[in-house]
Amino acid sequence: MANIPQRIIHEYLRHDKKFPHVWCAGCSNGIVLGAIIRAIASLNIDRNDIVMVSGIGCSSRMPVYVDFNTLHTLHGRSIAFATGVKLHKPHLKVIVVTGDGDCAAIGGNHLIHAARRNIDLKVIMINNNIYGMTGGQCSPTTPHDAYATTAPYGNIEPDFNICNLAMGAGASFVARTTAFHVQEMQSMIKDALQHTGFSLIEVISACPVIYGRLNKKGGAPQMLKDFRDNSIPLSATEKLPPDKIEGKIIRGILRKEIRPEFTAEYSALCKKIQTAGGE
Amino acid sequence: MTEKDKTKTTKEKASLAAKPESKLEEIQTKRERKTVLMQGNEAVAYGALDAGVDFFAGYPITPSTEIAEILAAELPKRNGAFIQMEDELASICAIIGASLAGAKALTATSGPGFSLMQEGIGFAKITETPCVVVDVQRVGPSTGMPTSPAQGDLMQSKWGSHGDSPAIVLYPDSVKESYELTIRAVNLSEKYRTCVILLLDEVIAHMREAVCLPDIANVRIINRIKPTVPPQWYKHYDENQKYLSPLASFGEGYRYHVTGLTHDSHGFPTNKPSEAAEMMERLRKKISYNIRDLVQIESYEMEDAKIAIFAAGITSRAAKAAIATARAEGIKVGLLRPLTIWPFPDDAVRKMLRNVDTVIVPELNQGQLIHEVQRLTKDKSDGGLIPINKVSGELITPNDILNKIKEVC
Ligand SMILES: Cc1ncc(C[n+]2csc(CCOP(=O)(O)OP(=O)(O)O)c2C)c(N)n1
Ligand code: SF4
Ligand SMILES: [Mg+2]
Repeated sequence: MANIPQRIIHEYLRHDKKFPHVWCAGCSNGIVLGAIIRAIASLNIDRNDIVMVSGIGCSSRMPVYVDFNTLHTLHGRSIAFATGVKLHKPHLKVIVVTGDGDCAAIGGNHLIHAARRNIDLKVIMINNNIYGMTGGQCSPTTPHDAYATTAPYGNIEPDFNICNLAMGAGASFVARTTAFHVQEMQSMIKDALQHTGFSLIEVISACPVIYGRLNKKGGAPQMLKDFRDNSIPLSATEKLPPDKIEGKIIRGILRKEIRPEFTAEYSALCKKIQTAGGE
Repeated sequence: MTEKDKTKTTKEKASLAAKPESKLEEIQTKRERKTVLMQGNEAVAYGALDAGVDFFAGYPITPSTEIAEILAAELPKRNGAFIQMEDELASICAIIGASLAGAKALTATSGPGFSLMQEGIGFAKITETPCVVVDVQRVGPSTGMPTSPAQGDLMQSKWGSHGDSPAIVLYPDSVKESYELTIRAVNLSEKYRTCVILLLDEVIAHMREAVCLPDIANVRIINRIKPTVPPQWYKHYDENQKYLSPLASFGEGYRYHVTGLTHDSHGFPTNKPSEAAEMMERLRKKISYNIRDLVQIESYEMEDAKIAIFAAGITSRAAKAAIATARAEGIKVGLLRPLTIWPFPDDAVRKMLRNVDTVIVPELNQGQLIHEVQRLTKDKSDGGLIPINKVSGELITPNDILNKIKEVC
C-alpha cells in the first residue's frame, strides 16, 4: 500500500463542477475519503463495480466527489437503499458512507437489521460526535457532559457504542479507528472490502468547526493529536489495567468472522427451489 | 360431453397430475382454462410478475399482505428478489436502490405504511427512478379500521410527499383491472422514470372475481430506454423527445451521480435558479406533455345522460348498479370513471360533463375527488354538484346512489 502514489486520489475524483467541496478546513471527512480511495486502488477493484451510497449530513456529501456509481439518498436511509442495490446486483461492491446521526439515530433500525442479515455492505461511519450539517445538535454519540446547540448545558444522555451495537446485532466485521490513524484506517477498509458480510468501520473524526468550537477542543490539529493520545489499540488492552483503558478510544478490528451472507443465502435459496421444482 | 363436463375433467386431471407445486403452476393450469377465480391482491401480484417485476421489498400490512406473500413464493423461482424489510421507510428505499441497479421494483402497503413511504416517493420522483407503490387503502386516519374499505388516500397519493411534483396514480375497479393496471403502472414507471402509484380499494383487494388473464405473450411490456451513447456523453437527465430520457443502471459503466438535492442534467447538485427551474420544469413537462398517454377514463351510458356520476374504484361499481335500475325507470344517468386519477383527466371530464345538469360524486371519504370535479364544472348551477360520502367503513351502496339520483331528477 505504501507505494501507491498520492496522485491516485486525483484519478478517482470527479473534477468537473464538483469542486470546491463543501467541507470546512480541518474537517476529517477528506481524510476518510483519501483512505477509502487508496484502499480501493490498492485492491484494483473496477470502479464500475463500486457503488458508494450515503445518507444526509456533511459526511454523506462524499459520494458526489468520486468517480464511482454514486447515490446520495435520504437522512438515515443509506443502508436501506444500499440493501436494494446489493440484493439486485450482488457482484457490486457497495460502500455506505454515513455519519453518527445518519447511521445511529434516524438510521439505527436499518443498521441493526442489515447487521443481522449480514448483507455484504461496507459501512463507514464517520463519527464526529455531532450533527455537523445542521449546525451542532446532539447526536447519539455526543459524549455525556459535552456541549451541543441542543444540549447547551451539557448532554445528560449517555452515548452509544455503535461498534458494540453492530456486533450485538450480528455484524461479521466490525472495526474502529480514528482520523489520526490514516494507515490503520486504510488497511481496515481494505480488510472490509475483502471480507464477505456486513462490515462496519467506525472512524472517530474531527468536526473542528462545530463540535470543536462548542467544546473548546482547540482546532483540527489538536483534535487529531487528542485522537492519537486518547486511543489505544485493541491488542494493547490485554496488558493494561482497567483504569488505563477507561475513557479511551479502543482501536482495531473488534470482530471478523465468517457467517452466512444474505445475498449468497438468497441465491442458494433460489437454486434450491428451482431444482426442487424441476424434479 | 358438455362444456361444463370438459372443465370438470380438466380440473380432475389437474388434481390427479401432481398437486400444483406452487401458486404459479396453479395459475398456469388455470390459465389453460382461461377463467380463474382470483383476489385483487393476487391479480396485482401476478400482474407484477407478468410485467417483469423482479424485485419486491415490503413490510406486512393489512389489507395488502397477500401481495408480499405471493411474491415471496414466486420471485425466487424466477431469480427475482424478495426481501421483507424492517419497515416501510426501508422498503421504498430498497426498491429505489434496486431500480437504480436495473430492477423492475415494486412494493405494496396500506395507509400507515404509505404515509411512511412518502419521503422515499419524493426521492424517486426527483431522481426520476422507476418504481411502483401499491397502496391498498383502508380506513384512517392512523390505524383506523384495518380491514374496512375507504378511499381516503386519493389526495395523499398526489400531494403526500413534501415539495411540489406531479404524480401518476392509477385506480382499478375490479380484480381483472387490478391485473391490467398493475402492468400499466410498471410500464408507465419504466417509460416515465418515476414512482407510479396504484391505489386499490380494500374490497377489491380481497374480493374474488372470475377473471380471464391474457396469455403472457399478449401482455405489452415497456422497458426503460437504455443509453446508446458512450459513458462520457451520458446525461442522467436528458431532455430528449417528450422528456423521456434513457437510464443506465449501476454497474454498466456509466458511473453517474444520484441525489435528492436539486440537480443539473448530469445529476450533480445545484443551487443555480436556472438549473433548479429546469429540473422542476422537466418533472412537470414529462407528465403534462404526455397527458394523452397517461389518462384513461371510462364513459358509461353517458351519451344521453342528464345526470352523471363521477366515481372511481369500487364506488363506481355501486354506481353502475344504480344506473341500471335508474335507466330501467327511464332516468338518463351515466357514469364517468377515471382509471388514471392523477394526472386528473381535466379535458375529458370537462367535455363529457358539458351536457349534464347534475354531477353526483360518491366517495368513501369526506370529499376529495369532488374538488377536482368542481374545478371543471364551474358552469353548473348551484346544486349541480352533489356529494355522497361515507367514512364509516361501509361501502356506498347502489341504493345510496339511486336515492340521490331520484332526489335530483
Ligand atoms: C428526515 C430528515 N430529518 C432531518 C434532517 C436534517 N438533517 C440533515 S443532516 C442531519 C444530521 C447529520 O448528522 P450526521 O449524520 O452525524 O452527519 P454529519 O453532518 O455530522 O457528518 C440532520 C438532522 C433531514 N435532512 N432529513
Ligand atoms: S461542520 Fe464539521 S463535519 Fe461538517 S464539514 Fe464542517 S468540520 Fe466537517
Ligand atoms: Mg456527525
